[in-house]
Amino acid sequence: MPSSTGVIEREKSQARLSGTSLLLRDRGKRVKRHWQLYLLVVLPIAYLFIFKYVPMYGAQIAFRDFSPVRGITGSEWVGLDNFITFFKSPNFWMLIKNTLIISIYSLIVGFPAPIILALALNEVRSMRFKRFVQMVTFAPYFISTIVMVSMIILFLSPRLGFVDHILKLFGMESANFMGIPSYFSSIFVWSNVWQGIGYGAVIYLAALSGINTDLYEAARVDGASRIQKVWHIDIPGIMPAAIILLILNVGQIMNVGFEKIYLMQNPLNTSTSEVISTYVYKIGLLGANFSFSAAVDLFNSVINLILLLSVNYFARRVSDSSLW
Amino acid sequence: MARSNAIRESFGDKLFLTAIYAFLALILLAVLYPLLYILSSSFSSPQAVISGRVWLFPVDFSLAGYKAIFSNPQVMTGYGNSLFYTVFGVLINVCMTVMLAYPISRTTFYGRHVIMIIMVVTMMFSGGLIPYYLTVKNLGLLDTRWSMLLPGALAVWQVIIARTFFQSSIPKELGEAAELDGCSDLGFLWRVVLPLSKPILAVLVLMYAVGHWNAYFEALIFLKSQNLFPLQIVLRNILILNSIDSSMMVDANKMAAMQGLRDLLKFSLIVVATVPVLAIYPFVQKYFVQGILIGSLKG
Repeated sequence: MPSSTGVIEREKSQARLSGTSLLLRDRGKRVKRHWQLYLLVVLPIAYLFIFKYVPMYGAQIAFRDFSPVRGITGSEWVGLDNFITFFKSPNFWMLIKNTLIISIYSLIVGFPAPIILALALNEVRSMRFKRFVQMVTFAPYFISTIVMVSMIILFLSPRLGFVDHILKLFGMESANFMGIPSYFSSIFVWSNVWQGIGYGAVIYLAALSGINTDLYEAARVDGASRIQKVWHIDIPGIMPAAIILLILNVGQIMNVGFEKIYLMQNPLNTSTSEVISTYVYKIGLLGANFSFSAAVDLFNSVINLILLLSVNYFARRVSDSSLW
Repeated sequence: MARSNAIRESFGDKLFLTAIYAFLALILLAVLYPLLYILSSSFSSPQAVISGRVWLFPVDFSLAGYKAIFSNPQVMTGYGNSLFYTVFGVLINVCMTVMLAYPISRTTFYGRHVIMIIMVVTMMFSGGLIPYYLTVKNLGLLDTRWSMLLPGALAVWQVIIARTFFQSSIPKELGEAAELDGCSDLGFLWRVVLPLSKPILAVLVLMYAVGHWNAYFEALIFLKSQNLFPLQIVLRNILILNSIDSSMMVDANKMAAMQGLRDLLKFSLIVVATVPVLAIYPFVQKYFVQGILIGSLKG
């Protein structure tokens, strides 16, 4: 037995060897014939290398005591010192807590919202109404973060905003909402829903329109109600798309949007609004503490990667959908 | 057909459908009202705005806010800069995207899998803000117009969208036929592929353009000189940091009038900054939807 398998293995490897050399010759010819295509990718690859991979290499300053004069590799290696300083700092738990509260809250509200909109739109018979709602809900996606935050501040301001008018109408007290720490996460999350719900619904609407119509026919013959059709046909139909998006969302859980949070911050609400990304910016670029903030950033990306890999693993175990 | 449906519709189904229409109407209202409120306020008089008399339609119609904006040099410079960054940024973006996406869409291109891996790694991992900043600084791009164009010259996601499109809609036989006819790869790309890819080019142009027009992060970290600021940074200074230089208020000599104009100005500014994007949106919505859908295809 062992000898015969050995022979077979040897034959196989020989076959592979000659196959490879043939393939290599073939490849050489192909590269030569299509040299123009290889010329095309030079610039984009150079871009990826310079602006994506060089910073990755530069991330080692997290383990060094970086000084601009001595450069990245010339600076002294300090190991995990920057990380330990971060873990021990009084801000550590506040940053983790704020980041997690905002991101998990975003996930719980922001993930199902477009699904609900898509399911509701799918029930609408009038194509014109459906298209109109789609168009209107998609529009806020084009509003820039700066304008979005200005709108939030204006609407919630005690003097100018309509929120104040509406509250007065119901005889309620108005307040300086942006200055109250406990409101920060809700304002952030719900304004995100306002801005992103129509954009997010597009994928689910496409998934819904791809569901086999035979299923609906069969359901009608069986006398299913509308709710039953939604529950037993629509929701299972969009599940694969939903799982993929959920994995992607969880992989970004520690990346709560810097742009919006930074703009929404004011001295009164920092106790709940300071998150890892805004902290990195303030300490690193405004405070010029490069190594320390690079360490905080790296810690954040590593957590994200671990989350992404574990959610993907979990999704593959329990369902057929996963990223890879 | 419709009638038979109507008969079968039970009371429960009707109730459900009514609830859905009510829900959608509520969403419609929630999205439209804030937009309308901004628009109406921007056309009202300063007094009406600060006393909170605007509900739905403009009160005491006036163009005071718009006059103040268009006589402000900061805003106009910002507008010009944003236009510059958007036009040249998109030009660079689309060229770079096609240059990478087209070769890796060809099955005969050796190394396409390696390039895919190189791209996907950048989506999962990044060096972080500080090393990114240091890289741009070391290249000497800080506080130049290039810092608004080069660091974001390519978006990996758009490359994948374009590659998927090339792969699925340019027939392989076409390439082989062109090769037999002695057409070079570049000639084929220019004369056959690009004319056939107008929909995807539209998607790329629009997605990149909106990105450039609305971007502020790069400007925030890379730019120091006022004369290079894009509109979004000018907006931030006026809308969020509340700093308006006095040149904007030359005719307003009373404190109260100044405060009123200052508030009104915010509404008008929001309109002026958002209109270019929102005005073209209804006509190009289908391209965006297409882009999202191509991007969501696996592989």
